[in-house]
Amino acid sequence: MVWINAIMQGVLLGGLYALFAAGLSLMFGVMRFINLAHGDFIVTAAYLALAFITGWHLHPALAVPLVLIALGTAGYLNQRVLLNRVMGADILPPILVTFGMSIIIQNALLEVFSANSRRLNAGWLDTASFRLNEDIAIGALPLLMFLAAVGVIGGLQFLFYKTSLGRMLRATSDDPEMVPLMGGKNAHVFAIATAIASIVVGVAGVFLAMKTNFDPSAGPARLLFAFEAVIIGGLGSLWGTLLGGVILGVAQTVGAQIDAGYQILAGHLAFLMLLIIRPRGLFPKK
Amino acid sequence: MTTLLETRGLEAFYGDFQALFGIDLTVEEGETVALIGSNGAGKSTFLRALTGLIPAKGQDITLAGTQIAGLPADTIHKMGMAMVPEGRRLFSSLSVEENLMIGAAGGRPGPWSLEAVYDLFPDLVAKKHNPGTALSGGQQQMVAIGRALMSNPKLLLCDEISLGLSPKVIKDIYTAVPRIREGGTSILVVEQDVGQALAVADRVYCFMEGRVTLTGTPEQLTRQDIAAAYFGAQEQKGAA
Repeated sequence: MVWINAIMQGVLLGGLYALFAAGLSLMFGVMRFINLAHGDFIVTAAYLALAFITGWHLHPALAVPLVLIALGTAGYLNQRVLLNRVMGADILPPILVTFGMSIIIQNALLEVFSANSRRLNAGWLDTASFRLNEDIAIGALPLLMFLAAVGVIGGLQFLFYKTSLGRMLRATSDDPEMVPLMGGKNAHVFAIATAIASIVVGVAGVFLAMKTNFDPSAGPARLLFAFEAVIIGGLGSLWGTLLGGVILGVAQTVGAQIDAGYQILAGHLAFLMLLIIRPRGLFPKK
Repeated sequence: MTTLLETRGLEAFYGDFQALFGIDLTVEEGETVALIGSNGAGKSTFLRALTGLIPAKGQDITLAGTQIAGLPADTIHKMGMAMVPEGRRLFSSLSVEENLMIGAAGGRPGPWSLEAVYDLFPDLVAKKHNPGTALSGGQQQMVAIGRALMSNPKLLLCDEISLGLSPKVIKDIYTAVPRIREGGTSILVVEQDVGQALAVADRVYCFMEGRVTLTGTPEQLTRQDIAAAYFGAQEQKGAA
């Protein structure tokens, strides 16, 4: 029964990893662009939530939308003002620029919030759980995380395949040079994609803040989990990203069940094995 | 007739390399104009410069009386210019219908709609949910033309629409031209097939090495004129 419990907790944890990864997957899908500061944006969102809720004493129902608006706006401006200038045939400049951003963000957070590790108190959510039987209980927060991941990915899927904005985003992914001939402006479409990805980053950051302790240097590890989930699922596939997150989560909790010290290692090993068996991931984009 | 497109002294560059040298060209409203010339003569470059995909310089480049030199491609598109690009360039992850719909994204109101395009190219109806790139070459070309029409352009630019297609398919596609003109759209077509160009166009411009070497109506131009302009055996001669 402990194994079933471990797998169940792993699936729910996978929701958080899918949230980490969805924004990365989206930006890669539309722009073939890898944001190395992705994890640091997640951590920034976590600190924003912390500052709004415990610093300014805003109600979470107000604070969370504020975090998402702040992230979305920052994402749009960052893409429009900075990242669009370095995008092109060469993939190295955006990687270098976002690597630099990662370092800047970490140091800025260190300056503002100190190196102490922090956590957002989620109140009753922290302890509430649903007991399935004597051995297995599902925490309300992990369940909410998983449902949020399914909702976010379902929402993105709808946006991409059922709306005119999604059509433009996919067209831009296929052939950006043709988009202006359809009346689209690449700089704007790219910035919209980054804004959407950043809103998802905001959601991930809020859950990170509630789920675990974080500090200014927590970003790169989140980036690593996000990368692994995206690559296990297949680059550019959103449902694949959810499955990638779940596989990573299950590997970690099962590893932790064997020995508490194996949690992170087991996740990386599962990733390595999948990379060997299916180098392009489970659902690669054609 | 009023002038829809006018270029005077249009020049275009790829980096330091000058590809076009002072092109003077007009397209009147309701007219079909063909550009002919050998590979590398600058025909496609001219279309790309008109759309804003590559920067164009010149004394005057006007669409319906408005200067368009230096404007971004999406702005020029919204002003009423649409292009069927060489190689069709359909969006591979979009279905046929989505490819058509995206053409309308920045467009103007007018006679062209999904229904009108399906009426023009009935072959597409059964394929509308297929990926655009899963179609035959001719059908892909129909999608590319339909996609451009969906924006209800004043001027439709067609770049080598018969390239790589069988004579029968080419004929099918060119039968659409009169109906496109009926909708009030003027057409500027780049065509390597001189016979096809002369058959469809009101006027022809022959390009060579980035310059216009010959202009005129199909009736005015003799085979000798065209051969000379094509291969550069004679001085510039304006028959128009």
